Amino acid sequence: MADAGLATVDADVLVIGAGGAGMRGAIAAAGAGARVLVVCKSLLGKAHTVMAEGGMAAALGNVAHLDSWEAHFADTMKGGKLLNSWRMALIHAREAPERVLELERWGAVFDRTATGEIHQRPFGAHTYPRLAHIGDRTGLELIRSLQDRMVHTEGVDVHMEVTVAGLLTRDGRVVGALAYRRADGALVVYRARAVLLATGGAGRIYRVTSNSWECTGDGTGLAYEVGAQLQDCEMVQFHPTGMVWPPGVRGILVTEGVRGEGGVLRNKDGERFMERYDHERMELSSRDVVARAINAEVLAGRGTPHGGAYLDITHRSADYIRRKLPSMHEQFLKLARVDITKEPMEVAPTIHYFMGGVRVDADTGATTAAGLFAAGEVASGLHGANRLGGNSLSDLLVFGRRAGEAAAAFAADHGPADADAAQVDAVAERLLAPLARPDGESPYQLQGELQDACTRYAPIIRDGPTLREGLEKVLELRERAERCGTGGPVGRAFNPGWHTAQDLRAMLVNAEALFRCALERRESRGAHARSDHPKLDPRLAQVNMVVQRSEGGMVVTQVENEPVPYDLTEVISQSFQRYTPEELS
Amino acid sequence: MGVTRVDVSIWRGDAAGGEMVTYSVPVREGMVVLDAVLWIQTNMAPDLAVRWNCKAAKCGSCSAEIDGFPRLMCKSPVSDYGERLSVRPMRTFPVIRDLVTDVSWNYEVNRRVPPFTPSREDAESQEPWRLRQEDVDRVAEFRKCIECFLCQNVCHVLRDHDRKDAFWGPRTMIRVAGLEMHPRDTLDRRALLKGEAGVGMCNITKCCTEVCPEHIHITDNAIIPLKERVVDEFYDPLLRVLRLLGVRRKG
Repeated sequence: MADAGLATVDADVLVIGAGGAGMRGAIAAAGAGARVLVVCKSLLGKAHTVMAEGGMAAALGNVAHLDSWEAHFADTMKGGKLLNSWRMALIHAREAPERVLELERWGAVFDRTATGEIHQRPFGAHTYPRLAHIGDRTGLELIRSLQDRMVHTEGVDVHMEVTVAGLLTRDGRVVGALAYRRADGALVVYRARAVLLATGGAGRIYRVTSNSWECTGDGTGLAYEVGAQLQDCEMVQFHPTGMVWPPGVRGILVTEGVRGEGGVLRNKDGERFMERYDHERMELSSRDVVARAINAEVLAGRGTPHGGAYLDITHRSADYIRRKLPSMHEQFLKLARVDITKEPMEVAPTIHYFMGGVRVDADTGATTAAGLFAAGEVASGLHGANRLGGNSLSDLLVFGRRAGEAAAAFAADHGPADADAAQVDAVAERLLAPLARPDGESPYQLQGELQDACTRYAPIIRDGPTLREGLEKVLELRERAERCGTGGPVGRAFNPGWHTAQDLRAMLVNAEALFRCALERRESRGAHARSDHPKLDPRLAQVNMVVQRSEGGMVVTQVENEPVPYDLTEVISQSFQRYTPEELS
Repeated sequence: MGVTRVDVSIWRGDAAGGEMVTYSVPVREGMVVLDAVLWIQTNMAPDLAVRWNCKAAKCGSCSAEIDGFPRLMCKSPVSDYGERLSVRPMRTFPVIRDLVTDVSWNYEVNRRVPPFTPSREDAESQEPWRLRQEDVDRVAEFRKCIECFLCQNVCHVLRDHDRKDAFWGPRTMIRVAGLEMHPRDTLDRRALLKGEAGVGMCNITKCCTEVCPEHIHITDNAIIPLKERVVDEFYDPLLRVLRLLGVRRKG
């Protein structure tokens, strides 16, 4: 290492992120014999996965015996408007049940059926009740089970509150990362034979989001900077039901489990409006459809006083609600002074999930950069144009494991390598630069403007001119961010201003990719709806928007994805439900 | 609501010392203390150190002492406090900076708890397990824990007597309870509880239960039953005889 002043830590596999995918990946990599180091931005166990509420989709067939991997596969493909990687959807549907049972054998507990099997709850656009759950805190159960398993797994070490500033490469292969420890601000070089990104999504580029502090799209940014391809960044999921009122809580998630347990949506006139948008599936239609329906009701003047819809579960007994939806009950009581056993909730769409992200190989999670793997929300492909509720937690387990094993195998075949010294210096210099600009613009100001820009210019219904304005704003912010400071104080120890300046880099990559892909996809498909191109374009059904860094900046290319094999086309059409009237109009 | 601004006094400093600094914050409806702290960070004190993640009471990151009472900042409406309030870091753990404390001890003791260990048949079985809902409910209460460490923060043994060497604290006790009462776990952690983990140190003041944002009955449902198991194992004369005869059982 050229810079002898920097501490260096060696590992076979470096895992960045300790949510469900990162921890499952670490366990798998260690199981395959690798020495694993996990770095995470927060304390262990706090990752955004803990916020998942409703459950983990897997065709166990405990509640609906007719359920099968075929049905789960078909639902996932249809929910994703066929933009999904069919291979990922297939692997996911086939392996999810085993991953859930394995988690139980590692100590997770799930609610039971009368006969003692894992209970499964109905969820939007799943043909059958399919979500293994425990009350409405399934994400916490998954996190804690993996956390306990991981810290007792031989060969895994964890460095908490470490933020990665850049990946390091040697001859085009990713060989580690440069990071800093928040507690004292010290820089650390992590040297690894393979790197697994498990950094989650980028919900925080929006103002109103269900996402936690960490979700700044770090992995997407890191991968892009070393030349890995991204894809489908326009596909951003609005969860239909976020809290609306009071303003302090706007955006906090209201689990789809409320609708799974029978909750109904009404407009201010008391009409159960989903009847008009998806007569068949009603409230349990796919998220893109329900979110647009609520949006349309509000625009038509039929919204609630604070611009949302009513979500009502009061027809269930108070006892049942407190048992099946305990954290929702508590959340509304404490934060909105609403007793959901007696009154309806007020809800509106909130940014929830990024279907787009780093382009990966379906079987291994390998990105297009050698030595770099990705799993979970940071990776793209499984969910296509719209993710079904419950498919995220199972995604973390299925692909976290696969990517962990593949990273370990790559590490076994490749020796350690030092990064180019100039590169280490360049990343360090960039990371430290805001500290040398006490008068530089506040990173909080830039972050706020970015959130406003995404919220305003890439809303639930988009159009070309608005998206173009948004892109220009993002490019302007990117220039300003190059010169930003820390907001003033320049201490290194736990300085959130400095950290925010660092977060901005990845957030801007995510936002730019979002606007560029959204401009390029001139149709409406799944989560991406354009008022100037309101219909599906069959020619784009299997086209990914692929993003890559080039000399001249970010480039988006349309790339045909692999067509669904004939026998699987049959599986999809077996129980094929038609598109909703709204989409065909 | 009446109040349009609130004076928020926050402890600013590091291991070397610090002081309370007061900021005037505009109040908006539904604002929680974490919102106020983040507003200060964005607008007045960009280096104000605070941990937070979900802002929805699910991750347990934003623990602090608000007007002296340990709470999650994200779950504490500003309107509960009138025109002024104070925020200090948790006192039981060493301060890193401002509201951020070094909670690594909690992770160390957690790691010393032997993990979930099903029987070999159960672990290797390809057959799904059948469990009863009531068995799930019993451990689910403990598994609701979001590791905010507020219970550790108020535990007298840890806070006032600084006996981290003698007692692993309420959080660790509920973790052990969740394992001991899991229907498929086979380990016996009673010797550990009696010894290193120090369940006997708890004198049942229930302060931990009082501050738990998840409303876990830490003392009644976890610590007292664990104490009883320890008593049964080590002080029951009949069981002592059985043990001498080589008969063992799991509690």
